[in-house]
Amino acid sequence: MPGGYTGKFLEVDLSREKAKEITFSDEVLEDYLGGRGLAAKILVDRLASDWPKVDPLGPENIFMAFTGPMTGIYPGSRTCCTGKSPMSNGMVGSTASSEFPNQLKTAGYDGVIVTGRATDPVYILVTDDGGEILGAEHLWGSLGEETIKTLNREVSAELTSRHPRTGLWRDPGSIYIGPAGENMVRNAAVMTKLSHAAGYGGYGSVMGSKNLKAIVAYGTRMFPRVHDPDSVKSLMKQAHDIVISGEVPSRRTGTGYGGYSTGFGMSSEPVRNWQEEWHDRRSFGGPMFETRYWVKKRWADFNCSRACLKVSCIKTGPWKGDITDNPDYELQAFCGPNLGIFEPEANIHLTTVIDNLGHTGIGLPSTLGLAAELYQRGILTEEDIGFPLEWGNPETFEKLAYMTAHREGIGDILAEGAYRAALKIGEMKGVDCLQYTVHSKGIEIGAHGTRSDADFLAHDISYSVNVEGGNHTSVANDGYQENSRAAFSDSAVYCHFADRRVPQELTFQFLRSVTGYSTTVDGWRRVQGRRIITAQRALLLMGGPDIFWKPLTDDKNPPRFYEPLPSGPWKGKTTSMERVIMRRNAYFETLGWDERGVPMKDTLDTLGLKNLESQMAKLRE
Amino acid sequence: MSESICIARDYEFCAGCHRCEIACSLHHEGWIWPEASRIRVFRPFPGVEVPHLCAQCDDYPCVETCPVDALTVDEKTTAVIVDAEKCISCGNCIDACPGDVPKMHPETGKVLICDLCDGDPECVKACQEAQYNCLRLIDERRSVNRKLFSRHPLDVAKDLAVKFFGEKGEEVV
Repeated sequence: MPGGYTGKFLEVDLSREKAKEITFSDEVLEDYLGGRGLAAKILVDRLASDWPKVDPLGPENIFMAFTGPMTGIYPGSRTCCTGKSPMSNGMVGSTASSEFPNQLKTAGYDGVIVTGRATDPVYILVTDDGGEILGAEHLWGSLGEETIKTLNREVSAELTSRHPRTGLWRDPGSIYIGPAGENMVRNAAVMTKLSHAAGYGGYGSVMGSKNLKAIVAYGTRMFPRVHDPDSVKSLMKQAHDIVISGEVPSRRTGTGYGGYSTGFGMSSEPVRNWQEEWHDRRSFGGPMFETRYWVKKRWADFNCSRACLKVSCIKTGPWKGDITDNPDYELQAFCGPNLGIFEPEANIHLTTVIDNLGHTGIGLPSTLGLAAELYQRGILTEEDIGFPLEWGNPETFEKLAYMTAHREGIGDILAEGAYRAALKIGEMKGVDCLQYTVHSKGIEIGAHGTRSDADFLAHDISYSVNVEGGNHTSVANDGYQENSRAAFSDSAVYCHFADRRVPQELTFQFLRSVTGYSTTVDGWRRVQGRRIITAQRALLLMGGPDIFWKPLTDDKNPPRFYEPLPSGPWKGKTTSMERVIMRRNAYFETLGWDERGVPMKDTLDTLGLKNLESQMAKLRE
Repeated sequence: MSESICIARDYEFCAGCHRCEIACSLHHEGWIWPEASRIRVFRPFPGVEVPHLCAQCDDYPCVETCPVDALTVDEKTTAVIVDAEKCISCGNCIDACPGDVPKMHPETGKVLICDLCDGDPECVKACQEAQYNCLRLIDERRSVNRKLFSRHPLDVAKDLAVKFFGEKGEEVV
């Protein structure tokens, strides 16, 4: 067996209340690695033939929480959470950092596959002895903070009592959902720790649809053996040295200085639902967060020396006791300027509220921003919402976040995410609301706009052709270079922040030394990476059951990204439609897709995805 | 009272990266094995991290209680040295320890106690390399204070939570 794997996956059928161990051949593991790649393979094999009929929130969907061969060994360990996405109806490899994946590995599993639906709320406990389905009635409805506290206490006490006189057992690793996931808020996140979230794709609602509150893991075994331990140890040191000395994102500031500088310096930050992308509010600067609120300035996950996270706490006033890890740039932007909020304390408060509810920190406030713009334009009224929804008022956005998590009033519509809410409100009011909706393939776009073209990660086709829609951590830049890199870190499963400044060759050498494979940067780009992205594109185009994306028509940026910027140093500038079309054609060609972005027969043959041909042939007609 | 080394811990600086456990297990077990590490980081609530390891009490209650003389004190470093051949996994040392520090090895069942890596602890190096500076090696005159660092990790966590989060800290751990 290749190194880095335990070789076993835990498959839990919640309908039949059965858990079993499954394995994959060495060839499949080499071709797909783990995480996003292996999950794409499983979805293609198990669900593709009936894909358009698979309800992402039905028991027929599969929820997967996967590690990869590099997880926990390469700096920055992550879990890839995935399945059929209730947002895009395709597949997103959504990753979150925490200690869950290393606990899973040391319990003897490379991943957990969950099928079916439990009758009552449950959580899955994974230990060296296998998987158990335990009751979660007592956790259902609880906020993030309470969930973590209870699970930590309950599981460590249980394990200490199961193993008397062996010493203290500590807290386990877990992924869980908040009320938003439980109530199937379509873009709800899979949460871990406080604000660590696998947010893109809506997999919190998939867990909720299965009545699955959490997966908890505690392992005591040695990490899986690797192919060449001496080489891995040396590469670990090299990678750590670069990460420690690197400044992107800075160890000192994390991404938590971006709330001011991205808007002011790059004009690519959402301001009032992207009506602007520039602001000059210095009150929102990083030092304003750091000086007053950051109680722990370097916080990391397992085997990480990047420490981009900061723990914030509000110690006085009405929001006393709010705790969050960060806010990072995305939460600063979306729970800040995006809602017309420029005060750090209000931003930290909303971040805490939204994470505690298990909302996604990008998708939910993006949807709230849309609602506020519709109110500003008189499309939504006080009568529709129940109160005035003015920009900059944290209390009303907080209220709306609760209403959405519990699907109360207008919250029931907003719980469908920005795109579907816009369709519904548009229908109700007879207005085209999609013109104000910033999404790609139903997934709200991250806080990096394309109009100024000055952002460090988002440009012309970043989102328009992205198989993961608005996901800013896996964009379609630079032909396909960035996509290929993200598909790698999401499949080998490590934090993409922990490979910034690390030469790509080093990360591939790392994979070779861990596994014994002969995978190269070029081979990955030409074959494995392309196979994963192509499978994702096929699943996305197959879509359904509620929405089907049209090739080209839906491979555009949202209308707002073609409006001229109204303010700032790039005032008047906008995304070039011509450039988008040109780059899109080149992107499709690089991947071996036809001029409409449908994977060609030859491509599917070469990549071993022949079973997708009949459905792609229909799309080519 | 002799001069000795000691691993000082500044809990505020613990990033929770667990690299100390990785370094410890690489050194003692040959590969990454957090649960077989002689230092373990507890996290009863996110942000409240407690690196938990032997503090070398001045009166060594664990050594005193061992029924088979499996524990001895290293004269040079003052660390508790475990003779795994002799250890009968009785758990008496865990009961005797004021901080419940010792832990049985998950595979061999023999007790694990920090041996200070013969004076050059790997965990400290990992923490220092990453510039977290939570673990530091200090020369310190032996004193009765040592034993006060050996506390149950949840007791330490309760204090830290209040230090970080104020009144709210009383609720979270």
